Amino acid sequence: MGQRIDVEHLDVFYGKFMAVENVSMTINPNQVTAFIGPSGCGKSTFLRTINRMHEMTDKATVKGSILLEGRNLYSSEIDPVQVRREVGMVFQRPNPFPTMSIRQNVLAGIKLNNKSLTKAQADEIVETSLKGANLFNEVKDRLDSAAIGMSGGQQQRLCIARAIAMKPSVLLMDEPCSALDPISTLAVEDLIYELSSNYTIVIVTHNMQQASRVSQRTAFFNISDVGKPGRLIEMDQTTKIFSNPSNQQTENYISGKFG
Amino acid sequence: MSKISSFRVNLLSKNGLKSKVLFKNIKNNRLSKFIKPSSRVISRQRRQFDNFMKVLIFLSFIIVSIPLVSIIYIVVANGLTQITPYFLTHTMKGVMGGFSPFGGILHALVGTILITLGAMVISIPIGILTAIYLVEYAKGNKLSSIVNTLVDIMSGVPSIVAGLFAYSLFALFFGPTAVFGISGSLALSVLMIPTIIRSTQEMLNLVPNQLREASYGLGVSKFRTIIKVVLPTAFSGIVTGVLLSIARVIGETAPLLLTAGSIDSLNLNLFSGRMMSLPVYIYNEYSQGLAVCTNNIFGADCLSDIRMQRAWSAALVLFIFIIILNLVGTTIKKRILKKRGK
Repeated sequence: MGQRIDVEHLDVFYGKFMAVENVSMTINPNQVTAFIGPSGCGKSTFLRTINRMHEMTDKATVKGSILLEGRNLYSSEIDPVQVRREVGMVFQRPNPFPTMSIRQNVLAGIKLNNKSLTKAQADEIVETSLKGANLFNEVKDRLDSAAIGMSGGQQQRLCIARAIAMKPSVLLMDEPCSALDPISTLAVEDLIYELSSNYTIVIVTHNMQQASRVSQRTAFFNISDVGKPGRLIEMDQTTKIFSNPSNQQTENYISGKFG
Repeated sequence: MSKISSFRVNLLSKNGLKSKVLFKNIKNNRLSKFIKPSSRVISRQRRQFDNFMKVLIFLSFIIVSIPLVSIIYIVVANGLTQITPYFLTHTMKGVMGGFSPFGGILHALVGTILITLGAMVISIPIGILTAIYLVEYAKGNKLSSIVNTLVDIMSGVPSIVAGLFAYSLFALFFGPTAVFGISGSLALSVLMIPTIIRSTQEMLNLVPNQLREASYGLGVSKFRTIIKVVLPTAFSGIVTGVLLSIARVIGETAPLLLTAGSIDSLNLNLFSGRMMSLPVYIYNEYSQGLAVCTNNIFGADCLSDIRMQRAWSAALVLFIFIIILNLVGTTIKKRILKKRGK
């Protein structure tokens, strides 16, 4: 099941540069939450703090706290590697492992963590994950062929299958459709909608139509100027953000006056 | 006039807007009679230049190939005379002057293989681990720039200096008579390590960052990511780099002459006694010059140029070694690329 995320007064820094300032929000379980905003407003940076991926960037640090069902992900006894097993991530570009087959890719998270599986368990995980990603019927006859022989949309759904094979409670998606054509985008969007009944999903997108299609709640981020930190401007029901936002900046952005 | 000039405009317009504008300006200045209908001229000039460059490029290719082809020809032609099973399975023990039995290269062949294996054992782990540190962990910190500079300097160390280093290191512990195979291995690894570090670094840098992120995103630790994702992806390139570094040092003579020395019999122990190697064998045979056959008191066969023949044959064996290394390297690379469906 999905889990609830509470973010409290979060600042993100790259060295001395403050990239995101004072974000507080609640992300509801089993819903799709979309982050929108102009480039450089810190929405991707913020997304990557939710599973502590930003720490893999040099000199990135965080102040404040993120609570996953009340547990602070940034307390000292939490292992960031463990956080990433519970909070899965799908990236902008499909990134299946080129040295592995489709099947091996789905099992990658488990195998790379050196957990042993019986053949039956592995088969079951492969099938349920690929079915969960709406990919099983397309690839069931070539599970042992190389993953990089697939189309971009199939690769992205394989990456989603790979993420859900770890049975996370939260799925983070960083512009998952920006490298895909419209038909593949549609397939992935349908999938996001279906997954939301079992997972908490957070999606960053540049495409406002996409945000309005897939999400129940939307957060709008903005920067006041280049070199200034990004801030959370407004967060509300998606229908309200796109019809009657309470902040003037949001109104300007969604109506295309800037950005 | 107008007819001709419009014809010229047509011709010139093939060369683009600029000439057209130029022509217009000149025409306005009533200088059009000085303009030649130049389109055909230019194309002839271009064709000539094109042919000239083609010939030049082809000639330089021929010039480059001459030494290569002549080396292959001479080594094969001179070397084949002594390549016999006997030559490959016997040492030089008890061989005297130009008299039969003529001896062989077994001790040098085994020595080269053992010394090179020793050098691989020393340099592959150090080289690959250093490259991993530089690419995956040190990302531009102070220590990494120091190490990078040292690697650059190290790759320029003359091989004789590497030999002196290894010799004096072992002499510190075992006295001035310390001449071992392993000392030669150490000298060769001083030469191999920078090559391995550089090629591995390059291959690790080629692994897309997205793959590392994909692995981290699945909750895989950095260590496992490097072992199970980064290294397998870069594997073929690393193997090729290692093989090329071996091919580079397997023909080194000077450091082995200093460290492993020269001996006429088989020695299988890297840690004790002198050890022959193919390059040193070649050098030894060739430097001794012609044998004297006039005073034939043994009544045996005698070849006055037998040492040259042995040198050439040993050179051919060394040459074949290096070709095999290269072939194996490219085959591994091809097979891995094929497996990945490229």
